[in-house]
Amino acid sequence: MPKARIILGHGSGGKLSHDLIKSLFMPPFINPILETGDDSAVFPLTHGDKIPRGRQLSKEDIAFTTDSYVVKPIFWPGGDIGRLAVCGTVNDLAMVGAIPLYLSAAFVIEEGLPISSLRRIVTSMKRAAKEARVKIVAGDTKVVERGGADSLFINTTGVGMLSRGVRISGRNAQPGDVIILSGTIGDHGIAVLSAREGLVFSNSFKSDVAPLNHMTRAMLRASHKIHAMRDPTRGGLATTLNEIAQQSKVGIRIIEKQIPIREEVAAACEILGFDPLYVANEGKVVACIAPEDAEKVVQVMRRTHYGHEAAIIGEVLPEPKARVVMKTQVGGTRMVDMLTGDMLPRIC
Amino acid sequence: MRFIDEFRNSTVAQRVAVRIQEKKTRPVNLMEVCGTHTVAIFKHGIRQFLPEKVNMLSGPGCPVCVTPNADIDKAIALAQNAEVILTTFGDMMKVPGSYSSLHQVKAAGADIRVVYSVLDALRIAENNPHKSVVFFGVGFETTAPTTASAILEAERLGIDNFFFLSVHKLIPPAMRALLDSNEVHIDGFICPGHVSAIIGSQPYEFIPREYGIPCVITGFEPLDILQAIDMLLEQISTEEPRVDIQYRRAVRKEGNPIALKYLSTVFEVIDTCWRGIGIIPGSGLKLGQRYKRLDAECTFKIVPGPPKEAAGCRCGDILRGVSRPQECRLFANICTPEHPVGPCMVSTEGTCSAWYLYGEESRALSPPGEP
Repeated sequence: MPKARIILGHGSGGKLSHDLIKSLFMPPFINPILETGDDSAVFPLTHGDKIPRGRQLSKEDIAFTTDSYVVKPIFWPGGDIGRLAVCGTVNDLAMVGAIPLYLSAAFVIEEGLPISSLRRIVTSMKRAAKEARVKIVAGDTKVVERGGADSLFINTTGVGMLSRGVRISGRNAQPGDVIILSGTIGDHGIAVLSAREGLVFSNSFKSDVAPLNHMTRAMLRASHKIHAMRDPTRGGLATTLNEIAQQSKVGIRIIEKQIPIREEVAAACEILGFDPLYVANEGKVVACIAPEDAEKVVQVMRRTHYGHEAAIIGEVLPEPKARVVMKTQVGGTRMVDMLTGDMLPRIC
Repeated sequence: MRFIDEFRNSTVAQRVAVRIQEKKTRPVNLMEVCGTHTVAIFKHGIRQFLPEKVNMLSGPGCPVCVTPNADIDKAIALAQNAEVILTTFGDMMKVPGSYSSLHQVKAAGADIRVVYSVLDALRIAENNPHKSVVFFGVGFETTAPTTASAILEAERLGIDNFFFLSVHKLIPPAMRALLDSNEVHIDGFICPGHVSAIIGSQPYEFIPREYGIPCVITGFEPLDILQAIDMLLEQISTEEPRVDIQYRRAVRKEGNPIALKYLSTVFEVIDTCWRGIGIIPGSGLKLGQRYKRLDAECTFKIVPGPPKEAAGCRCGDILRGVSRPQECRLFANICTPEHPVGPCMVSTEGTCSAWYLYGEESRALSPPGEP
């Protein structure tokens, strides 16, 4: 056997990514904060376990996250790598219930990138940061020789605050919870794909990349019974639901007919042989909420800019543990697994 | 979505299911030959609509799965030639050969590109005139005409750095081989829809005529499949075996004459080896005399090591419908989609992959039709 190497599938956000994190990254770094496996780390601002004598740094907990963006191409219908780099990190903070505040932005630029492209991207970041009401307060620039990177990679790190007591986590879904999705699936993945050479067959696709923090804030104001939130990015809705089912040790049952999807996205998936459940999103949230609050939260979401098509798509069950099943459109039931392999490399 | 939703209507599906339930037949084994049918059956949860007496068997109709290790080894050896850009469909990347996979040699530096169409490969050849671009052509009668059209197009454009490693295969000879083996009892065939869109219904006529077994050429939506099962049961109960076309919106009796002409212009029929079955007479397509110079096997020196099979892998038995994935001790144990041992776990059309991804345990969760 040849030496084991990293393959693109390790970056898909699916099973291979999870295995790599679990076997290679987790063991040397392990600590209780990292272990939660949520979109952001959450911790009180203290020295060690103690609050420094005489002063409490903050009454609130800190949410902290980082993400690198390597999407190809760097512009696509409905977005670009800059908007994605801001929104992606803002959303990771929002998914633990935090209010995103500050971001850093680091750029790895390939020699030869037109400065006009970079300016366009930075302007787009400014616009996205304004919309999300976050400030970009630190940055870094590196240039590598032609071929050393592909056009442009961006890393953003984000800090947010959350009130003590707010504990939204992928581990907290409870049997009986209702599963709410904020809108249509697959828009981002198909838009990026359509922008790639040779796969343009319609100009009606538009990525959903958007900051979700205003919507999640409205949701948290409307209900104290939101147990879990995630944004289904790489790996799609199916992978995110599997993560929640595994972390919370519950079963999840979704109903295919109730999952919103744009007709042109569904058609593109049919033609290309993709299952839209695995296609990336960059502006959607999936939440597990106590049933008595579900309808109210859906109504609140529908009044926000990015939540018009929010819908109840399923429920959390005690069994089968760590599994997701789906009632199909035709009326059968099947398992829905995590993404395996790399369906669309470099989607975010 | 128009032309899709109509074929996934749960009320109509219920109605067809009742009709199937009410058909008075003995217990039957129906084989879906094509991997796309296998996946559709799982993905839509169609087994839950079927009574106990209808047993579905998966056949050899997954092109990735039936490509033997020897052929995968050739592609891997070719890809390791620094002069070559190997192009292929995504499914082939992860299939383990005897010693490695295309995925692994790509990670180690080989220039291998995944294409969605053979015409993308042609474009790569056009853009890389100093390299030899080889298309690893895998597939049945459905994909072979597109390979043929690319060969004709390359000739028209005068592109001389485009080569083919053709392991294209033909479905009806494999069905005959299965029947002749007498290993598995088959009462009816769900014949592949897309293959039949090319070849028509005539090439299956020997099955009812010589073996007395009903055939229905079937589409890929849930209602297509349920209707085809109902049509097969009808033929079985009336004891009038024939080739029916359920997938009328795509398949004509005579097939697609243009595609067939492409095939006969470019290819010649040869005996070829199928994984799990062995050599099947008249079941493969190689470039004919006129295009021999484009055959990668004639142009490049390919010396793969002797082919060997993964110990314990039962893909061969599964492809013949003799075993089910759960009967393989590697299944879901050490053989998973992330770490596949055999091709049936790799391909999106593979039987093991379908069982693994869509599962059977969901069967008891709820009866069909309930909202």
